[in-house]
Amino acid sequence: MELNFTGTDLCAVNGTRSEPEARYTVVVVGAGPSGIAAAIEAAGSGASVLLVDENPVSGALMGNDTPLYFGGRMTAATQNSERMLEAIFMSLPDLEKAMEAGIELLLGTTAWGVYRNGPGVGSLPEQVVGLADSERSWLVGFDKIVLATGARDLAMAFPGWNQPGVMGAAALQMLLTRYDAFAGRRVLVIGSHDLALETACLAHERGVEVVGLVEVRAKAQGSPALAAKVEALGITIHCGQTIASAKGGIDGVERATLSSGEEIACDTICMAIGLVPSIELVDAMHGPRALNPMRGGYVPAGEPSVSAVGDCAGIPDTGFDHIDYRMEWMQALSAISPDDTIICQCEEVTRADLIGVQPPNYLSRPAPMCGRSLETLLQDGPANQDQIKRLTRSGMGVCQGRRCRDQVAMLLALESGAAFGTIPLATHRAPVRPLPMKIMADWQETAAMDAAWDVWFGIPTAWVPHEDIGTPHEDEHRQMLYTGMYT
Amino acid sequence: MSASHVVIVGGGVTGLSAGWWLARSGVKVTVLDKFIVGWEASGRNGGGASHYASPLFDEEQRMWPQMDELLGYPTEHQKERIIIAMTERQWEQYRFVAERHKRLNHPVELLDTKQVLDAVPLASEECFGGVHYKFGGHANPQRSTQAYAWALQDLGGTIMQHSPVTGFETAGGKVTGVKTANATYGCDAVVVAAGPQIPHLMAQLGVHVPLAAARAEMIITEPAPMMPIGGVDGHKLYGRQTMRGNLAYGGGPHEWIDVDETGLAARPSTPLARNLAKRLAELLPKAAHLNVIRSWAGIIENSPDGRPIIDRLTSPDNVVVASMSSVGFGLSPASGHAIRDLVMDGKCSFADIDIFKLSRFDNLEPDWREKRGWMPIA
Repeated sequence: MELNFTGTDLCAVNGTRSEPEARYTVVVVGAGPSGIAAAIEAAGSGASVLLVDENPVSGALMGNDTPLYFGGRMTAATQNSERMLEAIFMSLPDLEKAMEAGIELLLGTTAWGVYRNGPGVGSLPEQVVGLADSERSWLVGFDKIVLATGARDLAMAFPGWNQPGVMGAAALQMLLTRYDAFAGRRVLVIGSHDLALETACLAHERGVEVVGLVEVRAKAQGSPALAAKVEALGITIHCGQTIASAKGGIDGVERATLSSGEEIACDTICMAIGLVPSIELVDAMHGPRALNPMRGGYVPAGEPSVSAVGDCAGIPDTGFDHIDYRMEWMQALSAISPDDTIICQCEEVTRADLIGVQPPNYLSRPAPMCGRSLETLLQDGPANQDQIKRLTRSGMGVCQGRRCRDQVAMLLALESGAAFGTIPLATHRAPVRPLPMKIMADWQETAAMDAAWDVWFGIPTAWVPHEDIGTPHEDEHRQMLYTGMYT
Repeated sequence: MSASHVVIVGGGVTGLSAGWWLARSGVKVTVLDKFIVGWEASGRNGGGASHYASPLFDEEQRMWPQMDELLGYPTEHQKERIIIAMTERQWEQYRFVAERHKRLNHPVELLDTKQVLDAVPLASEECFGGVHYKFGGHANPQRSTQAYAWALQDLGGTIMQHSPVTGFETAGGKVTGVKTANATYGCDAVVVAAGPQIPHLMAQLGVHVPLAAARAEMIITEPAPMMPIGGVDGHKLYGRQTMRGNLAYGGGPHEWIDVDETGLAARPSTPLARNLAKRLAELLPKAAHLNVIRSWAGIIENSPDGRPIIDRLTSPDNVVVASMSSVGFGLSPASGHAIRDLVMDGKCSFADIDIFKLSRFDNLEPDWREKRGWMPIA
């Protein structure tokens, strides 16, 4: 087969990409107080500013613990998107100011990916952020992006955590304050640092019965004044304890058992051990980030066109080592819970399967497979969460690892005897929120994209059946399958 | 030649399969990888195993159904494929390929729209038809690659991860040692199966191997209801439904890039995910409401004609170079066997693989990449 090359690969990506629909000097992701302030400041200096926030998210997504760990304890009010929108405006009066300042505001709009050229990619016409609402997705160009994505709940497994009524503190706070849509009545709070103490006070203030706090360490951890306030409300902080299990019925949690054996009736168990800065977008764009134990985990490490504000840049540093604290919880919870405790809810991965590096239960486990484990894998090199993820499926589910990513890393550190910071962060990938295929789809793609589309490289000689090489079939093959590729 | 210690450079699926085949022949094998086994294209691809254009096809088909048992670890191998046409042109093309299969006695069946809908519940009423390959199949890339690694270890082989190769020791027209930062591994034979890093490594031996690297992308959805046959693609996509139910698909334009001897720290994906989502929603519209939960990219290398290079050099004469030219995963049970044969016997025992010889590029023009438009975007 004679191929006459033209110097152009018609199946390469060059020149096929869609232009962004709009361009702004500054795009701010997250319309909490920090994001609004950053947007107003940018607008004040004359920049064109787009401010987006994913809230209100759909009831279906909330049911899937996105973006926070809602634990199925939302009332039906969260299904009403108009009411939810109104609630957001009521809870954030500065949103009006932002609009008056000429900022373009899009609520119910998710930023699911940030893309730019760098090592391994040079084909993007400009840096863009991918946005989506409930109807469609689109790209927006920017000079600078400000991430004000907040922090998300840290979940940790114990027997019975995989039922409605086990939720996170940030989710509970949002349901109590912004949406007035919390469906529980009796809450047991896990943890006693500031997050736990503040959540307990807030719940009490909103008329929710707080049946106690549970603290793994010997004494309450947060600000002494806050701890005193909680105790003055008559709420017991069970110190030197962990949660051993939660039992319940069709509506979820009904009671918790502590490590002491004490049973506490409750319909909600609020995990308030910690918050994790929401750095998904930074990590998915391969931006620099660094572990900061005082600020809750990995935080963006800064670069000219990407900045982080608010809890996304790290929760406030009070001199408290959150990683040490979480590891202590992990150790206690691991010690008390049986091996068959589910760690990854989406993929139903137990701790035994995770530590055994075993495949999902729909696959067979012949003797050699059963003989493998984290211990044998460590003989080949240090623990890598992405490798464990691919082999066990932990973190591969529809919650995108929001419920198990952090605890799997902690477990790997614990089990391999390594420091938490030596376990490479499991990678985040776009879309950083579950995004329906038909919404993500570029229905207005360029004609050039369609013209360049081949299943795999479009190199005619690669796919000529070897029996046909040198026969008339060779040219038929090229004519039929690769017309237009090369002359 | 009998080789008592073979060092394999590159713990991708090709190198690991070669190592496994050699270990099965009683050879001592050491695999050196720059990071973790299967971490590049081997662990991140469509998982297809139906490469009928290759002289390795028969061996690929013979081996896959046995692999779980032979390796001792699950690969998620599943049989058969259905290719669906969403345009008249695709239907013409897929029927052409089907005719070609019939000519070579590969079992295929043409499906009309109704038959496609019966066989593929998520498919579109708008489809023009499909071709059911009663051969071929697919498997889980990362799981299979790790399975080779573990099986190789079970046979006494050694895998050294985090051990990038820095150079070679040669004496008497042979490579006698393979160097990493921390050690030199003495050897009787070497297999260089390091993907896009092959040209850098082989240059150290004075051998020019023309390969160009590119980036390609895939998306994956949350689990869909299980279809009777998971190996469904077409509409110029490749991919599969995993045994968990996820739809994992790729295709579309690639980007030529430069990759140095250390590889890339990250493999960035791009908004091409949206174009993949569009085509997948068209191919399987009853799954279009499902969430896309990840996208990713992989780096693969291609030879100037897009065909593999599997060859034992004449000088140094104990080196086998192996690049599958962007189509390595599915063919791995066969490519490993071929490499084993070249190392042990100097000749492939089960197929004529002369078209994979490096010498076909002896007169390649120096500007072959420019001529093909295979240059990175400036």
